[in-house]
Amino acid sequence: MTREEVFEHVKGILVETLSVDEDKVTLEARFQEDLETDSLDLVELVMTMEETFGIKISDEEAAGIKTVGDAVDFVMKAAGA
Amino acid sequence: MTGLLEGKNVLVTGAANSRSIAWSVALAIKQHGGSVALTYQAERLRRRVQTLADELGETPLIECDVSSDAAVRRAIDELAGFMPVLDGMVHSIAWAPAEDLQGSFVHTSRAGFAQANDISSYSLIATAREARRLMTRGGGIVTMTYAGSWRVVPNYNVMGPAKASLESAVRYLAADLGPDGIRVNAVSAGPIATVAARTIKDFSGMLELLESHTPLRRNVTAEEVADATVFLLSDLSRAITGEVVHVDAGAHATI
Ligand SMILES: NC(=O)c1ccc[n+]([C@@H]2O[C@H](COP(=O)([O-])OP(=O)(O)OC[C@H]3O[C@@H](n4cnc5c(N)ncnc54)[C@H](O)[C@@H]3O)[C@@H](O)[C@H]2O)c1
Repeated sequence: MTREEVFEHVKGILVETLSVDEDKVTLEARFQEDLETDSLDLVELVMTMEETFGIKISDEEAAGIKTVGDAVDFVMKAAGA
Repeated sequence: MTGLLEGKNVLVTGAANSRSIAWSVALAIKQHGGSVALTYQAERLRRRVQTLADELGETPLIECDVSSDAAVRRAIDELAGFMPVLDGMVHSIAWAPAEDLQGSFVHTSRAGFAQANDISSYSLIATAREARRLMTRGGGIVTMTYAGSWRVVPNYNVMGPAKASLESAVRYLAADLGPDGIRVNAVSAGPIATVAARTIKDFSGMLELLESHTPLRRNVTAEEVADATVFLLSDLSRAITGEVVHVDAGAHATI
């Protein structure tokens, strides 16, 4: 998967599962400050990412994911893409 | 296998998303011929729970934040407009601050303890008290608990005493409401990957460990917990009340 494709998937999860406003989803967007998602939303994002990309995300790794770009980078690395 | 809950109206609390145990319970109730009403915690969840309600078809959707007695009362008043008589209620709600679901139990905060007990245990008493007004032909109340109530489970921490309190409330409510034909029971579920569970530190590690340590050598699914819940709501369990049923692939016996 290319970085762009991963971004589209992550964006899809944010918009469809977490009802985030599509226009706000950029690589730089911070989950808490810019996208107004709470900690339970982030847990759901992590669980859906694991399912979608067939990867595992530890609690420590999840805590380090603060922006949409972080999430995309994590998937790229974990999926060895 | 239809018909176990034919003609029965059941209020299901605690469905936040499609992973929620409450969502599987709602589906199972429908499958067995019952009618369902759903509650959701707060406005921010409404759109998402609405999607779930639409999937069930013709399902009343009511806001109910259980941290407020007034909100619980309003929710049941609103429910009466859709279901003047209620036959069952499923309580599938728990919450504790993430800081208190990791590290040393001895550091449990006073505020975290109070909140965990308020949302995860007192809420059963509050919802049962109000739901009872509509349960005029008797019925069943079922809550969700976990074996961390009586056995130490790493990181479950503050939720342990909260679930112990919940299970005790099940017995006291059973004694109180029994004369009205209302039974009160708990399902003690094995770990299932839901959002609430994932907030417990190293929850995934626990799932992996249990896979090889339960008598059935596997974990349970939300559907299996839902089936046991249907049983406890149905007349098949008409002589069971004040009980905690383990639906955990046998983990309580071996671990
Ligand atoms: N998943 C497991 O491993 C497991 C095991 C045993 C017991 N349980 C219990 O099952 C129940 C349901 O949890 P789940 O695992 O389906 O997770 P979940 O996150 O899907 O459900 C928790 C629910 O509690 C609701 N809630 C929290 N605070 C609330 C409030 N103030 N007012 C109203 N609702 C509120 C949330 O909106 C959510 O719907 C909980 O009691 C949990 O302790 C879960």
